[in-house]
This record gives sequence, structure tokens and C-alpha cells, in this order.
Amino acid sequence: MENHAIDIQALRRGSLKAEQDTPPTCLAVNGLNLFYNNDAQALYDIKLEIPRQRVTAFIGPSGCGKSSLLRCINRMNDLVDGCRVQGELLLDGEDIYHPRVDVASLRRRVGMVFQKPNPFPKSIYENVAYGLRIQGINKKRVLDEVVEKSLRAAALWDEVKDRLHESALGMSGGQQQRLVIARTIAVEPEVLLLDEPASALDPISTLKIEELIYELKSRYTIVIVTHNMQQAARVSDMTAFMYMGKLVEFDTTDNLFTNPARKQTEDYITGRYG
Amino acid sequence: MAQQSDIYAKGHRGPIAWFRSGEPMIWLNAAAVSICVIAVLGLILLLAVRGLSHFWPRNVMAVTSSYQGQQKPLLGEVVEQVQVSGEQLSEAGIELQGPGPFYGRSLVKQGNRDYLGSDFVWVLDEQMSDPSWPRDIVVVERLEWGNFYGQLVSVEADGEMLADATQPEQLWQAFQAQIADTLEVRKEIHGIERIEIGAINHQMERLRLRERSLQLDGQLDAAAQVELAAERAELDARYQALQSQLQSLYQSIQGASYSARLADGRVVELPVAKVVRAYQPNAMSLWQKCAMYLEKLWEFLSDEPREANTEGGIFPAMFGTVIMVLLMSIMVTPFGVVAAVYLREYARQGFITRTIRVAVNNLAGVPSIVYGVFGLGFFVYFVGGELDQLFFPAALPSPTFGTPGLMWASLTLALLTLPVVIVATEEGLARIPKSIREGSLALGATRAETLWRVVLPMASPAMMTGLILAVARAAGEVAPLMLVGVVKLAPSLPVDGNYPFLHLDQKFMHLGFHIYDVGFQSPNVEAARPLVYATALLLVILIALLNLAAVYLRNHLRERYKSLEN
Repeated sequence: MENHAIDIQALRRGSLKAEQDTPPTCLAVNGLNLFYNNDAQALYDIKLEIPRQRVTAFIGPSGCGKSSLLRCINRMNDLVDGCRVQGELLLDGEDIYHPRVDVASLRRRVGMVFQKPNPFPKSIYENVAYGLRIQGINKKRVLDEVVEKSLRAAALWDEVKDRLHESALGMSGGQQQRLVIARTIAVEPEVLLLDEPASALDPISTLKIEELIYELKSRYTIVIVTHNMQQAARVSDMTAFMYMGKLVEFDTTDNLFTNPARKQTEDYITGRYG
Repeated sequence: MAQQSDIYAKGHRGPIAWFRSGEPMIWLNAAAVSICVIAVLGLILLLAVRGLSHFWPRNVMAVTSSYQGQQKPLLGEVVEQVQVSGEQLSEAGIELQGPGPFYGRSLVKQGNRDYLGSDFVWVLDEQMSDPSWPRDIVVVERLEWGNFYGQLVSVEADGEMLADATQPEQLWQAFQAQIADTLEVRKEIHGIERIEIGAINHQMERLRLRERSLQLDGQLDAAAQVELAAERAELDARYQALQSQLQSLYQSIQGASYSARLADGRVVELPVAKVVRAYQPNAMSLWQKCAMYLEKLWEFLSDEPREANTEGGIFPAMFGTVIMVLLMSIMVTPFGVVAAVYLREYARQGFITRTIRVAVNNLAGVPSIVYGVFGLGFFVYFVGGELDQLFFPAALPSPTFGTPGLMWASLTLALLTLPVVIVATEEGLARIPKSIREGSLALGATRAETLWRVVLPMASPAMMTGLILAVARAAGEVAPLMLVGVVKLAPSLPVDGNYPFLHLDQKFMHLGFHIYDVGFQSPNVEAARPLVYATALLLVILIALLNLAAVYLRNHLRERYKSLEN
């Protein structure tokens, strides 16, 4: 697939034009293959570079491997029995599949938010403080500060500041999802992985999450998987279109949606294939 | 003409339609539930009526029983009445006068086993005449020989007549005062014997063991011997002092006695020291009877058994049951949870884990007596024997842990109930959504941290469910316990004030075994029978209470960790 290289060059040119300075690469995926149960291959030779402090969206039809790719970035696939990864995945130039990598600290640097809100059955406060407590930080003053800061960053503080010690399970779905984001940014990761974060939410909650993503991108490198093309167009700077485990096209969102280089991409985004 | 719509289903009203509507199934299910409920309520009702009526102070009847021309006065409580066929009675060689094919027969508790031989007699109703309920009949519950029924004649103290039958009021008051005094002294004696002398005996035993272990280590030199002798002398002195105190206490209650007239006119003199309580049921009002009933019920719950377990209370059995169940819970919960966590969270799911799971499930079906045999062979003889060799060589050849006892009984039951806890915990772990675990892992928690901080708390209601099932099974189990630690009568409770306070090596009493013992091993069947029902009722209530406590705890946890439902 020689045109990946071209794509990346095109991206570089495009970014240069838009930003005047090249955003440095945060994550570089280099020839990544993913196998489930040894024989079933889920990802084929993925190559792409995800820029720092931008929102990168993965789009594509169901089962195209976009979530699998996302879960490779913080090694969530390690939990799946019989799952095997080939190729390189560099975070700031370091191979995250190197045998000496401590997966727990990798995941602290690469946070993840899932499709369904999954708050712990604890209080709102304890949900946000969880990641810090795991790191052994138990000082109330520090925790208070981080909890407030994270909840503010997730645009949730004003809604929950009076019931911090009530169960997180009493919140609405949208609030729960923003709580999960607050919980994730409380450990100050570099990269935020969002796996269809708004697909289980109503339109208003979705809007809030999208606003939040927009707010957060100045501080975090965000990778979002979405099956909603409008959402990808609204929130992302870069978009990757995947199909059948292969990366078809990777470009700036503007380019990809207005001027797709490949026929497959065009069919998909215009709804002829879906 | 509009065509009639299909939804009106004309012509579909027959039995087939009724059957297909599913209604018969509803009726069947409802009937099954009703039968279950009726069966359970019936069981409880039977136990309650038969067991609890035993403690009611019944009126005492005086009748003349005539048989083959002989007239005999009879005094006692009518405990039971049955109808017997004449044929059966004729075959037993009883001459019958009455007409009917059926004859009423009463079981009369006449007491006075020391004078009449047996305290229960069956009498045909037609052989009884002139029933009366004299108000001055006294029922005396005694420490020995069962109840006494008769008329009080006089009360004496140290050979001096305090009151006689010419002044019935004063006689009764004097009798009650004497009983109260003796009870007081007996309580004091009991305290000294049980607690103070018990403690001295305990210290003596420890002293002996210390001497023996010094001897075994070859360190029993003159200095140690002198020291031991000094301690022993001190204990001996204390023991002697207590003994003489006991002596004087015993003497102080020896003098009091009462004379009473039996049904046949004999007058006998009996010591007040052996009286538990005395009352005149025929003269009591309903309220007084209720008070007496509660008093007797409380005695049953709080006192120790007397007279080969046919009288007195069952407190030690209750206490033993609860302690054993608690110890079992403490042992089985960590084991079961750890095993379930490994099976579900860490072990690679495959043929071996499946085999282990099947094996665990099958363990739940092994007959409990087999566990008893295993407990005896492995825990008691092997583990206990080794423990004795290692840690208690001074006590040998008499075993410390190499003999059935509380610890081995609890451990055997823990083993017996382990599958239940494992299965329930595994189910609980399996129900926790994957997304919650991933959420924790994505925050940089390791698997162990996730397990400890999120998964296990969320699985705790399931663990409690397992524990509830385990307790329900263990508390009612008798067969294995007979092999590994339960006895008919334990000299002391497994928990007391002597170091180490909880005596895991002691044998103990158990309600389930108590039922068996009272029901099958008792020398006095008629006296024991109501106690079988009462003890069974208590066992059921106790298990229900233990369960309710666990259910309450589980619901509390469940409320706290209810999983996400969206």
C-alpha cells in the first residue's frame, strides 16, 4: 500500500498550510497487524501518525477494526485471550509493545473512555479519585484539588459539586460519561482514547461531550472512534477511514470529507456504502 | 357488511384454547407454590404447638383409677389423649367394659419417679372416675427424679418445724422462702464451682504442662522445681479455701426439708436443696400461669440441661451451634472466595478449569457423613495428631487437637460447604460487567488492584449469598459432627474466661445432635418427646435468624454495589 506514504505527506503539507508549524507526531503506528485466536486477522499492516494535541477520528463501517486499533494503543487487547500484535506502535518514539513496558503506567499515559458509561459503584468523588488512589495518593488536600479540577475540566463541576459523595450510579447517562472523562483526565494522561463515547447518549448529552472534546484538545491528544460521520466532521482535525481491517485513507478531516482521494472513501461518506 | 376481524377469535373457546392460553400452567405453578408454603407453615406450626405447649403449667388432676376391682388414687397432668381400638386393647390383655369400638386413653404424667417407678402412665378413660382438681396440689420441679406431685404437709429447717398444713398460707410462703434461699446459695455454689474452681483447675493443668515440657526439654532443674512447687502450693491453698467455702455453703442448705403427701397417702420428707421451683397450678390464675410459662421458656433457652437432657435448658447446645457456624463461616468464606477468584479471574479457561468446576459441583453432592469420616481420618487423626506432636508434646499421651473438637467440626463443615461458596462467588464474579474492569484497567490499575478495589466489593453480595447457603446447610448438619466433635453433654462452654478464651480443642454441644440424642438416646421417652419438638423449633428459628442476618447484610451490600443497569 504505497499510497499511505503519500497520504502522510499530503497530510504534512496540509497541516503546514493550516497551522504554519508541523504538529509533532504523538503516536506512530507502523505496520501493525492484529490477530485474534492466531488465525483471524483483524488489522492489516496499519500505518499512520497521530499528531499531538489534535483530534483524530477513526471512521468506518461496523467490524472494520477501528475499535481494535484504538484498543491497541493502550494495550486493552492484552486482556483478550489469544490476541497477538505484530508491528510497531510508538508513543513519543517508544515502542509500547516492547516486553519491558509496564502496561499499567502505559495506560496511565493513555487514558480510555468506553462506549457505555462505566462509572464504578462508588461516590462521584471516589470515582474521580480512583486513579490517584491507585497511584498511592491519599492526601485529602491533593485529592480534593484534583477532583475539582478534573470535574471542572469535564464541565461537570457545577452539576455535581453539592453531591460529590453520592453514588455515581444516580447520575444521568450523559453525566456518567462526563464523569468517566473526568476520571480519566484526573490521572493526567497524554492521550485520550474515546471509543464511540456518545453512541449511548441522547443528542443533548452528545453535544456536551463534543463541546468537551473541543475544550480538551488543547491539552490532550485525542483519538476518537465514531460511527457517526457528522460527529467526526464536527470534532476532528484528522480522519482515518478504515474498511475490512485496512486503513483506506488518512487525511485532514476537511480534505477527507470534501475531497477524498479514494473511491471507497467517497462511497462511504456519501452514504452509497454504509 | 364489514367483515368481522380475526382478532375476535370466534369459536376458540374450548379446552384446547384454554390450554394454549397458558392459564393451566399458571394454576399449576400457583398450586406448587401454595403447597410449599403450606408445608413450611405446617411444619413450623407442628413444632411450635407440640414443642411450646410443653412449658405450660397444666392443671393437676386427681382421679381414682380402677382396674380389675382394684382402686388406686392417681395424681398427675394429662399430657396426651388418644383413641385406641378395642381390638388392640383386647389383644394387649386388657378387660374392657365399655361399648364402643374405640376407647379414649390418656397419658398421665404422675411424676414421683422415686416412689412410683415411672413418671408417665397410660390410663383408659373408662377406668378413671371422680376427677377433681384440688387447689392445694403442689408441683415441685427437682434436680433429680423429675417432678414431684402431692400435697404439702410441712416445711422444716434444721429439724425445726416452720409451718404445717393447718396454716396453708404460711406453709406455702415458708416453702417459697426456703426455695428462694437455697436457689441463692446454689447460684453461689455454681459460680464458685464453674468459674473459680474451673480457673484454678485450668491453671493447675497449665502448670502441669509447663513442668512436663521443661522435663521433656531437660531443663527441669531444682530452681524450676521450687518455683513450680511454690505456684502449685499457692493454687492448692486457694483451692482449699474455696473448698471449705463450698462445704459451708452446702451445709447451709442441707438443713431445709419439706414433707408432702403422695396420692396414695404416704407422707415423704424431701430436701429443699434439690428443688428448682414449686407451684400450685390448680390455684393459679391465667396471668400467673402465663408468667410461669415465660419463666419456664426462659429456663429452656438459658439454662443447662439436667437429667440426661430431658429437663432443664439447651443453652449450651444453642451456644455451640452458633459458635460452630460462626467459625465455619470465618473459615469457608476466605477459602471459597480465593478459590473462586482464581478459577474465574486468573486460571486459563479450558479443559482443566472445566474439570475442576465439575469436581467442585460434585463435592456439593457428597453425603455429609463422608465428610465426617474424612474429617475424622484426616483432620483429627492426621493433622491433629501431627499438631500434638509438634506443639503439645507436654500433654501427650492425652491428645489436645488429636481428638474430635470444635475446630475440626468447623473445618469439616467448612469443607462441606466450600462448593456452595465457590459456585456462588464465581457466579457473582461472572456477572460483573467487563466494562467496569476495563474502566479500572484503563486508569492504570493492575489486575490485582482492579480485583481488590472494584471487582471484589461488587461481588460481595454474591459471596454473602454463598455464605447464606453455606450457613443454612451447616447449621442443620448433624451426621458429620458426630464423628468430629459433638457430644451429648459438654462439661463447659467452648468460650470462657480462661486463656485462650476460645477453646478450639474442646468438644461441644449442638442443637441438631441434641435433637437426635433426646429423641433416640433418652432413657425417658415420654419426658423427652416434647423437648424434641421444642429443640427442633429452636434450631429452625436459629437457622432462620442466622440467615436473616446474612440476608440483611447482603441486601445492604447489594444496595451499595448494585451494578449498572442502563
